[in-house]
Amino acid sequence: MSATLKAYAVRLFPQVAALAVILLMVSIAFPGFFRLEMQNGRLYGSLIDILNRGAPVALLAIGMTVVIATKGIDLSVGAVMAICGAVAAAAITSGHSLAMTLLITLGTGILCGLWNGILVAVLDIQPIIATLVLMVAGRGIAQLITEGAILTFNDAGLIFIGSGSLFGLPMPVVIWFAFGVIVALLVRRTALGMLIEALGVNRRAAMLSGVSTGVLLIAAYVLSGLCAALAGIIAAADIRGADANNAGLWLELDAILAVVVGGTSLLGGRFSIAASLIGALIIQSVNTGILLSGFPPEFNLIIKAAIIVLILVIQSPRAQSAFVFLSRARASEKKTAGEAK
Amino acid sequence: MQASTSILSATAIDKIFPGARALDGVDFSLHRGEVHALLGENGAGKSTLVKCLTGAYRRDGGRILLDGADVDPQSTLEAQNLGIGTVYQEVNLLPNLTVAENLFLGRQPKRFGFIDSRDMNRRAKALLAEYDLDIDVTAELAAYSVAVQQVIAIARAVDLSGKVLILDEPTASLDAHEVAMLFRIVRRLKARGLGIIFITHFLEQVYDISDRITVLRNGKLVGTRATADLPRRDLIAMMLGRELVQEVAAEHGAKGEGGEVRFRFRNFGRKGHIQAFDLDVRRGEVVGIAGLLGSGRTETAEILFGAERADSGTAEADGRTLDLSSPRSAIREKFGFCPEDRKVDGIIGDLSVRENIALALQARRGWARPISRSEQDRLADDYIKALDIRTSDREKPIRLLSGGNQQKAILARWLATNPDFLILDEPTRGIDVGAHAEIIRLIEELCGKGMSLIVISSELEELVAYSSRVIVLRDRAHVAELVGNQVTTDGIVEAIAASAGKADA
Amino acid sequence: MKFKIALASATILAASMFSAASAADLTIGFSQIGSESGWRAAETTLTKQQAEKRGIDLKFADAQQKQENQIKALRSFIAQDVDAILIAPVVATGWDEVLQEAKDAEIPVILLDRTVDASKDLYLTAVTSDLVHEGNVAGKWLVDTVAGKPCNVVELQGTTGSSPAIDRKKGFEEALAGKDNLKIIRSQTGDFTRTKGKEVMESFLKAEDGGKNICALYAHNDDMAVGAIQAIKEAGLKPGKDILVVSIDAVPDIFQAMAAGEANATVELTPNMAGPALDALDAFLKDGKEPPKWIQTESKLYTQADDPQKVYEEKKGLGY
Repeated sequence: MSATLKAYAVRLFPQVAALAVILLMVSIAFPGFFRLEMQNGRLYGSLIDILNRGAPVALLAIGMTVVIATKGIDLSVGAVMAICGAVAAAAITSGHSLAMTLLITLGTGILCGLWNGILVAVLDIQPIIATLVLMVAGRGIAQLITEGAILTFNDAGLIFIGSGSLFGLPMPVVIWFAFGVIVALLVRRTALGMLIEALGVNRRAAMLSGVSTGVLLIAAYVLSGLCAALAGIIAAADIRGADANNAGLWLELDAILAVVVGGTSLLGGRFSIAASLIGALIIQSVNTGILLSGFPPEFNLIIKAAIIVLILVIQSPRAQSAFVFLSRARASEKKTAGEAK
Repeated sequence: MQASTSILSATAIDKIFPGARALDGVDFSLHRGEVHALLGENGAGKSTLVKCLTGAYRRDGGRILLDGADVDPQSTLEAQNLGIGTVYQEVNLLPNLTVAENLFLGRQPKRFGFIDSRDMNRRAKALLAEYDLDIDVTAELAAYSVAVQQVIAIARAVDLSGKVLILDEPTASLDAHEVAMLFRIVRRLKARGLGIIFITHFLEQVYDISDRITVLRNGKLVGTRATADLPRRDLIAMMLGRELVQEVAAEHGAKGEGGEVRFRFRNFGRKGHIQAFDLDVRRGEVVGIAGLLGSGRTETAEILFGAERADSGTAEADGRTLDLSSPRSAIREKFGFCPEDRKVDGIIGDLSVRENIALALQARRGWARPISRSEQDRLADDYIKALDIRTSDREKPIRLLSGGNQQKAILARWLATNPDFLILDEPTRGIDVGAHAEIIRLIEELCGKGMSLIVISSELEELVAYSSRVIVLRDRAHVAELVGNQVTTDGIVEAIAASAGKADA
Repeated sequence: MKFKIALASATILAASMFSAASAADLTIGFSQIGSESGWRAAETTLTKQQAEKRGIDLKFADAQQKQENQIKALRSFIAQDVDAILIAPVVATGWDEVLQEAKDAEIPVILLDRTVDASKDLYLTAVTSDLVHEGNVAGKWLVDTVAGKPCNVVELQGTTGSSPAIDRKKGFEEALAGKDNLKIIRSQTGDFTRTKGKEVMESFLKAEDGGKNICALYAHNDDMAVGAIQAIKEAGLKPGKDILVVSIDAVPDIFQAMAAGEANATVELTPNMAGPALDALDAFLKDGKEPPKWIQTESKLYTQADDPQKVYEEKKGLGY
């Protein structure tokens, strides 16, 4: 047990270290960064903002991790967010109960995932193309639902999901954290994780070993759709309205980035949901840090890109082996020094 | 053994990998004008030694002398410039460039700063003429067979380097005729005074072409002998470090023929894939499948395992109808299948040996009933021990294992599911002598335990050794069945030839 | 010279032809960009309303954000020989050829909401708002409201590099120039969206002592202001009182916020571009009166004193 715990720590170390360095950098630029206080019965502070604002990307990253582990990719999640936000707003404003609204919305997300999954698993279309279809069409569908306007709502229950709090934490944080734990347990406490990794590394060999590759593939995209639906509900509830044009715009790229920063290879196989979630927090820390630092907005994207490139370079296999080499050289130096004495 | 006859000599070479000593004080010397075979089981250190010589790896100790001078190549490019050229089994040229471009890549003749294609093509043609190769040098490399590509790679390596040529399993994917052509070229290069290092698994080829043999085992030098003075039995003993069980004793006729028919396939087939056939397999029997490449061997295996769905016929086990509509259902019927192309269809490269072994059993149990980690560990350890899978530990990614050990791990994957019916497609292809013998022994052992096996192999002696019956295939149809004392290599060859004649008539 | 005479005579000819016909028989083509925003949808609704009010037969074409679709629509209008064309151009360049075709067919073209990089001869007039002026109106309101008291302002910019963001920033800064009591202490982009508006406002609040340093918020559009208002509320402050909120566009949701006392002022970017356009067209066709090449729409200021609930009810049905 302690061995697996240690393996876990080794796996997550680069991400945790990167996150720590970025938080430290932000706190230098903005001294009050780590301050937390209770306000209206919930924690309040920049760290909480990072957890809260990072919710959509964190949720998307959960599904994206599993999809990427199957050697796939889901470009449609941003558009699915927009669709699901629109569906939620439309359902609640047309008088459905909160439970019914959530049911319809999550169902919509699952349906979108099913569509992607069937294109990929049954029709054997390349994932990047298959999900591009919904990425392009999805926002149009969302606009049809909202008729081009921001569909606002005042249902206290739905708003609570976006800006309420539970256990002193904002609801979105509670949701992504709980969902992340559930999915991580689901894949690691059952054999799903191993079967997905096998499928991602070598689909044909996995199929010949009796793995139900088709069902697993579809399930991965359905999970991604479900995550996008949750993210869509949160995004809409946050602003009390469904913004079909902007909800989830470009977030698919942030989600992919979170997975990559989390160290899961785009070539499929080994994956870690925890690492992807930390990756999502790294991205959000950069975003929040830029906002707090007070730089002119023209620099936002450049700073973000520079930091991400730095992280990816540090995580690259070559840099890693250089670190190992250096530390070993230092160790052997110490050793020879000791022997000389 | 004068110093002047030695073109390349390496002394006391060490190479250490994390957790393993790949080379341990290995000496090796290569004479001018000799073909020197470098042999050993997979994992013995052959390729590590070659990589140290060519600069692909940095050695951790020892000296390398080329023409009497100390050399320390930092890269394959540097080794090439020093005079050491290498040709690998998978030709490492660029298939989408022309033959001439491949030959002169990186050193194209220039005219006014532009590549002079005409001059390049002319020189390419002249160069290949030395190898009796008269081909269109302006065609893409991919247009030619592997054998021709191999010759082109040799021509490039010799032209670039010219002192030492290393051939790493060059014949693995060539047919007999092509091997003969390659050897003609090797002999000519030898006559020109090149030193040639030849790595292969085929012992006949070693005796056919090499002058001396160096054997490595577990990263250590076992010895260097003149080929003429080393009988085959002794060579195998050197390689395995033990006496081989007399080339797998062929005790014939007794195998399973008396048992009752357990699996019965009737009119089983799929249009465009394999013609419908009848097949009976007894309990504890090995049925061999023979035929030329493309005769429908692998197709037969795939349809039996449900990798391709049969569109006619029935399958029964002990009178009960079987569902073989997919690998998943075949596995549920206690079938197993080791595919021919290990890398593409067999191993899950990035996953550990443990996970590869547990995979099929886990898939059959379903995702909701995971095999606990401790159970997986036990399973993997048991099979690593039972099948003698050489790996530093069970968590090593399987792609890092040698071919023979990968094959054993895949066998373990199926044995873990405790199958009744096991299909092995070329189980001994491309693996070293030791693993080869072990796998054959294993086949006989499984058979003795009452398992029914179908084994596809192009090694006829092997088939004859363990099969009670051999099905001969041609043109995607089962054309003959050899039983009892008909099961001999001559018998199989005759059956293939005879059916060929019939087909032609 | 020759061309000008030809044009003049053509204009006279056209004018005399149309003066005979009554406005009720007019057929006008309208090429709309699409329905990418609520404002755009309201513009479409109002254009249709205006046409109906005047008894004009309006042929509507939605270009779905594609210039090629707009060019196709214009050619089809020309082929149908409509009496005039309204177009909200999706991009600024690439219109010369099709505008020339319209001109050759003697069909006057009026640009709505955006202008094009083409010779001014090729269209009758352009009806647009003045973005700099909008920012200026918002700035003046703030200057008047704080009345000399010191006030730290935070600014939510539009999408970086877009012309509304540049111009609305410029106009606002012009209004504040020389007023030393007003200082813009933070300025970040909120991409014109509610989500980003809320997120950026959250960071402003954290960075400025929980918002105690902030006296006013200026947002380049109402959507960002609506997002920011939520952030202010969640930080435990009262938007509209603790922090003044002024923004631009005048979409319905901001009137709801004003009615609730959570927003203070908004400058209208009127979606009624068609009204002034059709008035100008009417005058041109009836009397041959050439309108100016640019008709600036009114940038009307709305505050809490303007019965925001009533305005909200009016605007709600427009498709915002």
